[in-house]
Amino acid sequence: MIDFLQQGGYAGYVWSAFGMTFGLLLIEILQLRSSHRTTLTRIARLVRLRTPRRKPAAGAGQDSGAASAKP
Amino acid sequence: MLSVFYSVLARDILLALRRRTDVLTTLFFFIIVISLFPLGVGSEREQLQALGPGVVWVAALLASMLALERLFAADYDDGTLEQLLLTGQPLALLVLAKVLAHWLLTGLPLVLIAPLVAMQYHLEATAVWVMMAALAVGTPVLSLIGAIGAALTLGLRGGGILLSLLILPLYVPVLVYGAGAVTVSAIEIADTEPYFYLLGAFLLGALVLAPLAAAAALRISLE
Amino acid sequence: MTINWFKFASPAAFYPIAGRLIPWFGGIAAVLVLIALYWGFFETADRLGGSNPQKEYYRIIFVHVPAAWMSMWLYLVLAGWSAVGLVFNTRLSFMMAKAVAPTGAIFTFLALWTGALWGRPSWGTYWDWDPRLTSELLLFFLYIGYIALHSAIDDMRRADRAAALLAIVGLVMVPVIYLSINCPDPNQCAALHQRSDPGSIHPSILIPMLTMTLGLWSYSFAAVFARLRNIILSRESDNAWVRDVVAKEAV
Repeated sequence: MIDFLQQGGYAGYVWSAFGMTFGLLLIEILQLRSSHRTTLTRIARLVRLRTPRRKPAAGAGQDSGAASAKP
Repeated sequence: MLSVFYSVLARDILLALRRRTDVLTTLFFFIIVISLFPLGVGSEREQLQALGPGVVWVAALLASMLALERLFAADYDDGTLEQLLLTGQPLALLVLAKVLAHWLLTGLPLVLIAPLVAMQYHLEATAVWVMMAALAVGTPVLSLIGAIGAALTLGLRGGGILLSLLILPLYVPVLVYGAGAVTVSAIEIADTEPYFYLLGAFLLGALVLAPLAAAAALRISLE
Repeated sequence: MTINWFKFASPAAFYPIAGRLIPWFGGIAAVLVLIALYWGFFETADRLGGSNPQKEYYRIIFVHVPAAWMSMWLYLVLAGWSAVGLVFNTRLSFMMAKAVAPTGAIFTFLALWTGALWGRPSWGTYWDWDPRLTSELLLFFLYIGYIALHSAIDDMRRADRAAALLAIVGLVMVPVIYLSINCPDPNQCAALHQRSDPGSIHPSILIPMLTMTLGLWSYSFAAVFARLRNIILSRESDNAWVRDVVAKEAV
């Protein structure tokens, strides 16, 4: 196991290459996820703003984070 | 059709000659950049001779790029450009005329001043001639390629910085062979001809393709 | 067989299709990458002999080469969709091109990064003005230029078309740039060429490399589709179907 991690003394090179590769891809995935969510909430807010308010309480539900926390 | 070409050319030159400082600014930018390098890297003769061709070419790249911002900007601001689009004349030809005028006013002075700056770098007489010839063939290519970038970034905030980002990578071939020709001319046995063939090929290619691309870019930007 | 491809060219039709494809591509990518990693680390020799002996650090090629291939392939895809967009004037093509760019830039950066980490132990330097390195660096600049131009223009239609034109100009210039970097001295250009023949690579190295390439290729599909979906949503936010999607997905 130690041998494997050391990569014959080249651990720094090997692991930073693989780490950067998969780290960046992971960051891209997370970024895409979060931007998908923000896009959805932004559009949802736009839709809510444009539709005429029937219930006066509709403004209280603006916080989408709280709304999505409830299943 | 040629008369349109000439009238745009004459108009641009006339306009530029009325505001001579613009032309001089580019020229002095070129000279200042070149003069700064020896102050930064030290003034040993051999070092400067080795650096000279590259430095002069990079300075020429930057100078011609800075001048590019003005290629379409004034005409865009006062609406002339839209009128040119509506004339029914081939837009690529008009672009070519504008680029030629631009080169005569910003590229040609660089070629003519080259011997002066070459002295600062202790270049030999043959190297100076090669440098002038290479600049004469290479700088039109820079103006032509740059015209595409200038047309794309027309009227944008921070267009100048953006322009450099878009255009400088495309200048690489001209830089490599332009500076290469000068460097090689210092070696007795080496032949500079292939460099000039390649630079000439770039010029011909750019003459044909760049005006078309720049015209398309103008249409996109003005739509 | 005739399929009406233009049916899928509408963003509204493509949005759900992309959504259904993403898990598949993502899953395939994960499986292939894991296989490649396992193979690359456990089924290969620790040292390579031959004329150019390499130690454990050679394993970097299992990400380096696939990343470099993907960076070039994705630029072709970017320029291809840009051209399709300019010719057929289809909105989805431009969106596709825009969605490809960041992933391509990431792979270009990764190719440079892993290349530097491989170069240090094997050549003794992180960076060298080797033709391949330099062209990869310029490719990175082209990607950055595309992204910068697109984000600098507020008008969406102009941004799409201007960036597309830039991508095509870049594509035309790539061979010239590559030539100039490959043979800075045209007098002896032929001598400078170096080629690697896939057939000469040992299978135990070739297999993980190709598996990783397919994995990253599949990953690119997933990432590009995911980004494409975001672009579609934000651009079409005025349409009724988007409102339905939002109502379905947001809660």
